[in-house]
Amino acid sequence: MQLAKVVGDVVVTHKDPNLSGVTLLVLQPIAADGTAFGRTLVAVDSVGAGPGETVFFVRGKEASFPFYPVEVPADAGVVGIVDHYDLAPVPKRRKPAAPPVR
Amino acid sequence: MQIARVIGTVVSTQKHRKFEGAKLLLVQPLTLDDEPRGVALLAVDAVGAGEHEKVLIVIEGRAAGEALGVKAAPVDAAIIGIVDQVDLHE
Repeated sequence: MQLAKVVGDVVVTHKDPNLSGVTLLVLQPIAADGTAFGRTLVAVDSVGAGPGETVFFVRGKEASFPFYPVEVPADAGVVGIVDHYDLAPVPKRRKPAAPPVR
Repeated sequence: MQIARVIGTVVSTQKHRKFEGAKLLLVQPLTLDDEPRGVALLAVDAVGAGEHEKVLIVIEGRAAGEALGVKAAPVDAAIIGIVDQVDLHE
């Protein structure tokens, strides 16, 4: 899965019947530090994510699994809303202790 | 598969029910000389990896679902092993 920000949604009336009733969100994938990474994409949403929220999405056929048994034609799907994520502090290489002052 | 380092954890209460109980770790894919490569990914942890550990990840839905042990789970990445060392033969 990948982290992303919800930056918009898409309204499509004339569409594949299996997409009816499915929310389409515009996502901007983000890196671990929150900065935008790569192209925006459209994903189906099965968890009710709102604009501006940080979410994580799955790619590929798995994106249609939450809508089973309806075969939703999707290759990306929001599957979780992030409460928060914390980056482990990078272990600083401990500088060798200063030699004792004589 | 790819080699990556665990760089963080993700907390998400509102998520697809098949993620219940699964640990979500943020992993950074690495080059062979341990430099970050590409963007950090979210993987379900199937082996109990800890922070900073070097891990083996699979990035494909069916394999990730099997690693998680849940049928039809909407996942596409999973940690399937903890790397002890990588030997390169020049």
